[in-house]
Amino acid sequence: MDNGKGGRLKQASALWHGPGLATFALRRLVWSVATVAGVVAVTFLISHVIPADPAALVAGERATREQIEALRHQLGFDRPLLTQLADYYLRLAQGDLGKSLFTSRPISADLLSRLPATIELTLAAMILTVGLGVPIGVLSALRRNTWLDHLVRLVTVSGLAIASFWLAIILQLTFAMDLGWLPLGSRLPSGVAPPPTVTGLYLIDSLLTGDFATFGTAAAHLALPTVTLAFPAMATIVRFTRAGMLDTLNKPFVQYERAMGLPESLVVWKYMLRNALTSTVTQIGLVAGALLGGAVVIEAVFDWPGLGYYAVNSIIMSDYNAVLGFTVWVAIIYIVINIVVDVLHRLIDPRGTG
Amino acid sequence: MRSETALVLRKLAEDRLALVGLLIVLALLACAVFAPWLATFPEAVTEFNPAHRLRPPDSVYLLGTDRLGADIYSRLLFGARITIAIALVAVGVAVAVGVPLGLIAGIHDGVASNLIMRLADIFLAVPQIVLAIAIAQTLGPSLPNVILALSATFWPWFTRLVYAETRSVRNETFIEATVALGASPARVVCLHVLPNIVSPIIVRITLGLGFTILTAAALGFLGLGAPPPTPEWGRTIAESREYLPDAWWYAAAPGLAIFLVVVGFNMLGDGLRDVLDPRTRRAGRPRD
Repeated sequence: MDNGKGGRLKQASALWHGPGLATFALRRLVWSVATVAGVVAVTFLISHVIPADPAALVAGERATREQIEALRHQLGFDRPLLTQLADYYLRLAQGDLGKSLFTSRPISADLLSRLPATIELTLAAMILTVGLGVPIGVLSALRRNTWLDHLVRLVTVSGLAIASFWLAIILQLTFAMDLGWLPLGSRLPSGVAPPPTVTGLYLIDSLLTGDFATFGTAAAHLALPTVTLAFPAMATIVRFTRAGMLDTLNKPFVQYERAMGLPESLVVWKYMLRNALTSTVTQIGLVAGALLGGAVVIEAVFDWPGLGYYAVNSIIMSDYNAVLGFTVWVAIIYIVINIVVDVLHRLIDPRGTG
Repeated sequence: MRSETALVLRKLAEDRLALVGLLIVLALLACAVFAPWLATFPEAVTEFNPAHRLRPPDSVYLLGTDRLGADIYSRLLFGARITIAIALVAVGVAVAVGVPLGLIAGIHDGVASNLIMRLADIFLAVPQIVLAIAIAQTLGPSLPNVILALSATFWPWFTRLVYAETRSVRNETFIEATVALGASPARVVCLHVLPNIVSPIIVRITLGLGFTILTAAALGFLGLGAPPPTPEWGRTIAESREYLPDAWWYAAAPGLAIFLVVVGFNMLGDGLRDVLDPRTRRAGRPRD
């Protein structure tokens, strides 16, 4: 993509209207569909080929041979594998992920009902990660090799080495069990009715309906899982922002802007940060993946009724269909986030070659 | 080559953090190897000892006892063996699969190369832990299955790294010269490409070991690792939850062990990166 040396306006207009971004986005979209199809094929084959006898597993230990055969036929496991896969694709295209092997409820509906809880948690963690991680990274770079920088480095090293489920337990132990400041888990206490559903995010819904008591309770429940989930991700963002800032610190354009007499705050927070952020934005895509993956474990510890909690319960019950459906959903969400990040990256740094 | 190794070691010795990391890693290895001798109750690791259950740390039980009355300190030492085994084998398999595939894809142009990289993309399209959970769950809870799940989800990272490195080396003049001299593709790859890209691979292996230990612990925590009464660290933390907040030591000790070991691998990896791979910075800025 070539934007020439035009002004910023021209650049922006070329970005939005030129063939570059559209072609780029379209190509990414086609590849994404292919990749999701690949993910389905891989997980489908793994979950249908490896278990010696999925039907027997579903039927339970005390089932007779006839019962297992009947179940195998009922579940369609007796058909050729490729037919099963083709059938799965066909139904996936219509948004149908099949039924849970245990509750017989449609998996898409199950996942959809749990999606808002996961969105609320990962979004809050993402906001905390970027909102705190970027400024800390900038400060750490500006005051490099001071006690602040060393402290930040210590914290980021810890963030990348701590097992998130253990951090969750330690936070529960300290703030919920010992000090009693925050609740142990779940989204709301069992007696409190959730706010009327508008977005499904309790914080936003309670604000929209003016129910500030519920807002406070929901926020208190959200605090520990969010901090736990954000901590390792924040370490990554701090490291990359710091490195990006250090790289731009002595660039000619920064010296030029200083020489022009621009206020230091403007130089740092506008011009340098914009340059430093290109590598941080790339990381945000990876961080989103880490948050989605981390949510699986953290939701289980905090009884947070989201996608991860559902997945862990499905694992415990050996519900192949549900685990497969969850994996497909996560792949789709992850790929969409990455496309958004790529487009963002191009907007911040139009020179990008993808 | 030997003087090069000496140089790397000398530079590494100047990096205090990397040295601390190396010491932690060596200590972990020592714990794993000498567990039966270092343990205060080597025979009681999996025994039921109801009279001594859930004892807080004291001079006899250095880190307290668990729900079965087993000494947690001794269990941690034997757990180090499992941790090391999982990390080494899983990363080893991922390297053995991922590196050759990356070399093949990097050196050739064509269908096979495309196929390999698209397959890697598919595996990278799902967060590692999610795919590892799906695979480990399908295979059933056992130690080899956890290792398989981790390798199956980790190899694409090496493939992608080696692919990118091979592509950048491939166009160098010395490779062109070797090809012009009539060297076979296998010879070019093994004797000329591989030695030039081994540094980033070593760095990725070191950091990958720490990362794999974290993921393995998470799988163990979710009940997908070796079945009890194996003294696996992640599973021990899961077991301890029933006895909180009273038996805080039960949860604290294995978590600290995981933390220390991963910090060790990360500091060593960061130090190695500075020494071996000067193009990238400590903070891991990706090459554009």
